[in-house]
Amino acid sequence: MAQIVIFKKPLTGLGREAILAVGYLGRLFLFFLRGFLLAFQPPFQFDKVRQQIYFIGMKSVFVICLTAGFTGMVLGLQGYYALVKYGSTSALGSAVALSLVREMGPVLTAIMVIARAGSAMAAEIGIMRISEQIDALETMDIDPMRYLISPRVAAALICFPLLTALFDVVGLYGGYLSGSVLLGVNPAFYFARAQSSVEMADIVGGFLKSIVFAAIVVAICCYQGYYTHTRAEFGAKGVSQSTTSAVVISCVLILVADYVLTTFLM
Amino acid sequence: MEAAPLIELCNVVKTLGPTRVLDGVDLKIYRGEITAVIGKSGSGKSVLLKHIIGLFEPDEGDILIEGRSRAERSAAEKRELKRKFSYVFQDTALFDFLTVFENIALPLSERRDRSPEEIGRRVREKLHQLDLDDVGEKYPSQLSGGMKKRVALARALVTDPEIVLFDEPTTGLDPIRKNAVHSMILEYQQRYGFTGVVVSHEIPDIFFIAQRVAMIDEGKIRFEGTPEEIQRAADPEVRAFIEGLESPRDDLTGIDSHPIGQKRLLQEMIRLQRHEIPFSIVLLAMESRAGTERIGGHEAGQQVFKLFANHVTQNTYITDTCFRFDINKIMVVLPDTNREQAERFCRKISRTLEGHPLLDALEENAGFRYAVRAGIAQARPGLDLGDLVAEAQQELAVFYESRP
Repeated sequence: MAQIVIFKKPLTGLGREAILAVGYLGRLFLFFLRGFLLAFQPPFQFDKVRQQIYFIGMKSVFVICLTAGFTGMVLGLQGYYALVKYGSTSALGSAVALSLVREMGPVLTAIMVIARAGSAMAAEIGIMRISEQIDALETMDIDPMRYLISPRVAAALICFPLLTALFDVVGLYGGYLSGSVLLGVNPAFYFARAQSSVEMADIVGGFLKSIVFAAIVVAICCYQGYYTHTRAEFGAKGVSQSTTSAVVISCVLILVADYVLTTFLM
Repeated sequence: MEAAPLIELCNVVKTLGPTRVLDGVDLKIYRGEITAVIGKSGSGKSVLLKHIIGLFEPDEGDILIEGRSRAERSAAEKRELKRKFSYVFQDTALFDFLTVFENIALPLSERRDRSPEEIGRRVREKLHQLDLDDVGEKYPSQLSGGMKKRVALARALVTDPEIVLFDEPTTGLDPIRKNAVHSMILEYQQRYGFTGVVVSHEIPDIFFIAQRVAMIDEGKIRFEGTPEEIQRAADPEVRAFIEGLESPRDDLTGIDSHPIGQKRLLQEMIRLQRHEIPFSIVLLAMESRAGTERIGGHEAGQQVFKLFANHVTQNTYITDTCFRFDINKIMVVLPDTNREQAERFCRKISRTLEGHPLLDALEENAGFRYAVRAGIAQARPGLDLGDLVAEAQQELAVFYESRP
């Protein structure tokens, strides 16, 4: 009996947290679904989608190239020193290409976009919430989900795969730079092995991941901003909390989703 | 004569977090009237307003609009209803990612039932009316607080709404701007006949434009009635609240405020009854004749009114009392004066208005013109105070007109 009491408290606590987490995920999904479906409701908001593509995609190009370049270079270095022990440095191209296309590309792109655009999205929508701009939209009979969230959802779904592709290509050349130019792996082997080892399934899998990540990132970042007013803290503090939790939750969920997706794709 | 109310709140209860903000609110709002909602800070005035427009759903009770609650309406009817409303937010709630022009155009452009040319025309018209012609391309963050308030007003009025809810539209404005906004709300309301609900702290100024006043306290409506009724209310809470906010001097003109003037009238009435000392009252109403299609005209109007009040006080004796009677009216109480002497007093004012600095203020705001009407009444024993004032109001006749 006494033992049951001891275990009861942490167990109920765990259960409560689990229920809250499941509830959160459910609301998140519905939130995303609404934003997604409203994007297809005519009249289309091309102009707003274009603005968001510029913000999420175009403005991320530089930071994506930078991270992709260095990621590829590190992969080239690590791969070279691992392979050189077995005398198979010619396989460097396939090692770099496969890790980029399957894993590093989608995941690191998502994390960089969270840092650059996701946090900004959460803060921007959060400020609009606390300054009653979202309420103002509602009083004007403008659906804030459609007006604010849908263009962001559409833009994220378009941008993530493209940025991932960019990441993959730049990363591949980063690996070439460190592997071939600095460490002397034959460039012809490097690119030939990269080309032959990557299959269409890898590329499709990588893009699938990036689309799922896009959905996760845009849903969480918009959701956290949109519901800033339901937090215990008000005003600027509430917005800062929303932004922080948007970044943390979406990063964690990206890695969790990556594991789950990889399991299915393998 | 009690008509059916346009909006009726029935026992509305709302709990936000741990506090019961609204605790059974019953309120009726009538078509074509301006209803002022007053009350202490944090007493739930804004929450009440948000219930009316549907941003909040009541926990208990119901809100009937044109006799029907929101729950009874279909989605299409709800949209139609929403389009009749406009809301002026306390902190303006302008969209900071849009320019002033786009902000004002948004409620029209998202409805997509008008051509871009027509929207542009209407927005420019509103920009002009609110003296915002030069700031259309600016962003709200580049504007001063007073300008933002005007943009918010323009955005609320651009859709020609039937019901406008104002959440403290004049907080933080100086007396001239504040009175100009009030006078514009009043003029718009008279011209377009919208129904207004104004949450305000501006006591007693708000009484000048409201036909009905509701005071909210501890989540309930403590008082509901006309401005005259609330100023005479016996309820100690209501009295304490009103008197706490009223200053003895009107903050625009510097002359005595309405309640002080009323007290003076009573004293004179008693003197008349006890000692048979006659007295007269002169009601001076300054009316705008042109230029008030823009808020700048209203501001000029308030400025001229201020100077006019000053001018009137300069022409009175120390025993006379001038007080602000209405948004554009001054009442002068002249003790020991009969009707004839009061008429002489009016003529003196009329004469001295010619070539007076009032006109300088006019030249600065070219286009604004005004007229002054005067009504005189002499008190007689047995005549009720209300009847005396009514007599003066009936007698109002033009006695001075500014030159074009």
